[in-house]
Amino acid sequence: DQVLRATAGDEAQLALLRALGEQEELQVDFWRGPTKPGHPTDLRVPFRNLQAIKSFLEANDIPYSVMIEDVQELLNEEKRTMRLSRRLERSMDTFDFSSYHTIEEIYDWMEQLAAEHPSLVTRLQIGESYEKRPLYVLKFSTGGAGRPAIWLDTGIHSREWITQATGVWTANKLATEYGKDPAITAILDNMDIFFEIVTNPDGFAYTQSTNRMWRKTRSLNAGSSCVGVDPNRNWDAGFGGPGSSGNPCSETYRGAYAHSESEVSSIVDFILQHGNVKAVISIHSYSQMLMYPYGYKTEPAPDHAELDALAAKAVQDLAAVHGTQYVYGSIVDTIYQAAGTTVDWAYDNGIKYSYTFELRDTGRYGFLLPASHIVPTATETWPALLDIMEHVLEHPY
Amino acid sequence: DIDNVGRKYHLKLVLEDIVEKDNIVNCTAEILYHLDNTNAAPDVHFEIEGELKNTEEQDNIFYNRIKSLKKELAAQNIPDSHGNMPPEMEPIRLLAQAAAGYVVWQNSTENTRYELAQIKHVRQLKRSDDYLEFDYMVLLHEFVSQEIIPWQMTVLWHPQHGVKVTQNSRQPKHAEH
Repeated sequence: DQVLRATAGDEAQLALLRALGEQEELQVDFWRGPTKPGHPTDLRVPFRNLQAIKSFLEANDIPYSVMIEDVQELLNEEKRTMRLSRRLERSMDTFDFSSYHTIEEIYDWMEQLAAEHPSLVTRLQIGESYEKRPLYVLKFSTGGAGRPAIWLDTGIHSREWITQATGVWTANKLATEYGKDPAITAILDNMDIFFEIVTNPDGFAYTQSTNRMWRKTRSLNAGSSCVGVDPNRNWDAGFGGPGSSGNPCSETYRGAYAHSESEVSSIVDFILQHGNVKAVISIHSYSQMLMYPYGYKTEPAPDHAELDALAAKAVQDLAAVHGTQYVYGSIVDTIYQAAGTTVDWAYDNGIKYSYTFELRDTGRYGFLLPASHIVPTATETWPALLDIMEHVLEHPY
Repeated sequence: DIDNVGRKYHLKLVLEDIVEKDNIVNCTAEILYHLDNTNAAPDVHFEIEGELKNTEEQDNIFYNRIKSLKKELAAQNIPDSHGNMPPEMEPIRLLAQAAAGYVVWQNSTENTRYELAQIKHVRQLKRSDDYLEFDYMVLLHEFVSQEIIPWQMTVLWHPQHGVKVTQNSRQPKHAEH
């Protein structure tokens, strides 16, 4: 159906328009009826009578234009937006884990999770980003004082959206499965988990507002028009070595000095002050890999054999869920030489169980992984994470 | 290692159809990376066990659909930030993937790994002959440096004559905007 706007030039034309409305079989519906010559008349015309009515107007020299080309399309659009806003209202109660969210939505959800599980979850702030956004960590603890702890982070490279989304699902799983799943219950009864989901909030905001492919922080670099430091080359482990760049315009720019980025130093300070962190798991995408130190040197880590065996098990349990194949090994052997990484720093600071994941996929979608992959990815990664956490629990040091 | 020539790799691999996951084909290949001082693309020789899937019907459907468009096709951000893409864009993306494969091959060394990250924009160019022609601006993700590189490609395609990249050039980093 279309809506036409016709303008009668004189009383005679006005009468003709009125007559159109009287003819029942034409089914003309006035949205704005004929009133005075020179004033517009808006009429909705069913598709099957369009030609006849247009011919009639033309034959009588009544000028008209098409105001709405397709009424049905507008109705469909309206229905869609109404459905969307109803979903938004519902999402206050039921967060949609199978879609990507904004920082505000994730931060609000974190607050809600803590409110819904007050004896298990607290939202802590460990610092501020360059642009002064809060750096939030979810603490999962059933009590004790300074229990051995596991550190998890996602989103350190902001364009790796599947990681923040997996982080949200996983945090929710930890909160809801405690007391139900025996493995997670045993872990949380004896250890604490610290989970930073939006590890690079400035970068994340930038991927949503301006450049979906942004990786680094958003700190300004003195003497350069290029912005940002690669937070996974900024750690004090082989800092400055091959596999990181000294050029501020590079995606792997290491920064002016180790821990120059507040996003990194906040974690360093937190972990060192805590003093009892036993595992660090840093989650990235993409490539489908599970890796342990070192990245900055080819020399195998002293605990190489144990870390390798655990990685083999984790990868096998991951594959059992949806058939997703991962490769595993040290960073330098599996992906490339990289200096100044999170896990190398953790390892060199006495944290034996230091792992980094590269989640789905292997390049078909890369960073632009469709939201339909979120739940399957999180679901398959879960047993791999559990394997590592259980091993840490069973091998105190 | 081959003295004064370069380094040769012998590969045994399995090709998997992106569209029809059960369709797999064994393949052997020999890749020769030339010594650093030449900018030549690596030499590639391969053998496929059996045959690749016949896509004549789908090719013709796509071809006729584009031919019958009233206006030349133009689109941006395929897929979008959330990884979504209208289903009718799938062949456009597959075509970009094939064309990008050529560009990647021409620019590969032992220290690069390229993936097609996104089509920033594509527009169809009018032609007086039977071919379809598209001007693409894509983003390639280079793994080792982690750089996102804008790249322009002009692609010719015809259901019986296949894909040809007639022009391609690396763009400066801010060119994609």
